[in-house]
Amino acid sequence: MLVNQFLMLGAILFCIGVYGVIARKNAVLVLMSIELILNSVNINLLAFSLRNGSTDGHTFALYIIAVAAAEVGVGLAMVLLMYRNRRSVGLDELSEMKG
Amino acid sequence: MLSTSAAAWTTPVVDYHALAPEIILAGGIVLLLLLDLFISESKKWILTPVASFTALGAFIPVLTLALSDEGARSMFDGRYMVDDFSLVLKGLFLLAGYVVILLTSDHLREGDYYQGEYWFLLLSSILGMVMMASSRDLISIFVALEFLSIPAYMMAAWRKRDLKSNEAGIKYYLLGVFASAIMLYGMSLLYGIADSTLLVDIGKQLGEDVTAIRAVAVLFVVIGFAFKVSAVPFHTWAPDVYQGAPTPVTAFLSVASKAAGFVALVTVVYVGFPGSHEVWQPVFWILSALTMTVGNVMALKQTNIVRMLAYSSVAQGGFILMPLAVAGIDGVANSALRAVVTYLLVYAATNLGVFAVVMVVSRKTRSGEISSFGGLFSYAPGVASLMTIFLASLAGIPPLGGWFGKFAAFQSLVSAGNNWAYALAVIGGVNSVVAFGYYGNIMREMWMKPVPDGDTAPVKIHSSLGVALGITGLATLVLGVFPGLVIHFGDIAGLAGAFGN
Repeated sequence: MLVNQFLMLGAILFCIGVYGVIARKNAVLVLMSIELILNSVNINLLAFSLRNGSTDGHTFALYIIAVAAAEVGVGLAMVLLMYRNRRSVGLDELSEMKG
Repeated sequence: MLSTSAAAWTTPVVDYHALAPEIILAGGIVLLLLLDLFISESKKWILTPVASFTALGAFIPVLTLALSDEGARSMFDGRYMVDDFSLVLKGLFLLAGYVVILLTSDHLREGDYYQGEYWFLLLSSILGMVMMASSRDLISIFVALEFLSIPAYMMAAWRKRDLKSNEAGIKYYLLGVFASAIMLYGMSLLYGIADSTLLVDIGKQLGEDVTAIRAVAVLFVVIGFAFKVSAVPFHTWAPDVYQGAPTPVTAFLSVASKAAGFVALVTVVYVGFPGSHEVWQPVFWILSALTMTVGNVMALKQTNIVRMLAYSSVAQGGFILMPLAVAGIDGVANSALRAVVTYLLVYAATNLGVFAVVMVVSRKTRSGEISSFGGLFSYAPGVASLMTIFLASLAGIPPLGGWFGKFAAFQSLVSAGNNWAYALAVIGGVNSVVAFGYYGNIMREMWMKPVPDGDTAPVKIHSSLGVALGITGLATLVLGVFPGLVIHFGDIAGLAGAFGN
């Protein structure tokens, strides 16, 4: 099994995702970067699951997909709320509270 | 490739008594949704008692389970465990949830809206916490974590038109989801190392030796929960979210949500990584020292009461983390667990009480500034005395509950008996003194300063808020005078599978 390659892909996706969360200032792009991290986790789980022949990893990945869908639902609703109130989704404008 | 999956299907044995708290909560949640849908607007008041009775009703089986002498009940191959540790924390979550319901029902009189959905989300979050206390498997821990977090994100953004509440929700959501994604990456590595999602199996597989991949896996999982308990440097969301969210939600987040994070942290560390203490002990040492110091220093310069309490709760989290920095040393695991559980119980009672008082005072003064507490004693001596008790407990003055929590934490550090533990104890000691600076400042305002606007009409306390003040005040006093009532709840024997037991 070529588990290594899958893990490399997972690690690269993870790094791109973390970079995106830190560097991006647009709420929607940050959400997309978080999705990248979650997908890197899924790739890892499936690769490990294929190697050891158990179905635990598949089950875990299915749960992650389902929960991620719920999370994004809430996240997009909040971004929409922010857009309605401010006409922008820039995260650097969120500075009502400081200190 | 999936060659081993041919085992015959057997129906899992379900212990309905052990699951009764979760079942009652789930039933209550469904009932609330249906009621909210079908009853007319004028009868919506009925939702509040339904929510309260659901929380209290779920507390009954927790009591009967605690009184039965069957020992730990294990379900689904040990993935879901109902032992003494989980029962005491389920009790904590349900009672803290009930106090938050009392605080909110008072808050609703201020004219907040969408109460049906609010109760639904609050109870869902409590159900997630109750599940978290029993989860002993990566998948169930993850599901419980999201179950308690996702409703909390929405509750933080509850005031839809309020920019501050908006900002609180978005910040909490983005950082929370990011942290749980990092934690998931760590979990996927753990699964790769141990070929199992069961925490006990992971504990056996990880063993004592430290390799890079094991260290990364453990570190990422700990970081994920460090966010939940708002440990520095993962605390940046806490002050903004606490300030922007409605006050009852803030009380809920700073007590129940934080306690749930600690429960997950303790289960994962005690059951999942007992052998890897060389990795997590230094991490907890640094987190604890930073959390206490930064939390206290930032709290000193706040002028907004809720923001100050946010930093105070960050700092209190540092004290709860303190015993975990030595939990891997032989013979200390038990006293460290005792310290964490006792501190959580005391902190929950005290902090909920503080928020109840803040709600009473801000209702009258219409201000969130610390100076609005000026002269509280002259027109509301009872409330001022209670607030003094709560603040003294948070500062750790005997004979109140907070003092005993701090005592237990320092005791476990001293019994560890190495220089690192002593150094952390010294940092903790200095921080307890610094903390008295800002707690004492509120006391001085209440007792010595004049009333800012000269309005000395007595405050009105509605019955629900009065009950909340009574419960929390009594718990703070009783836990300080008779700590023996709760200290045995933290025995390591009550946490099935801890350190290979």
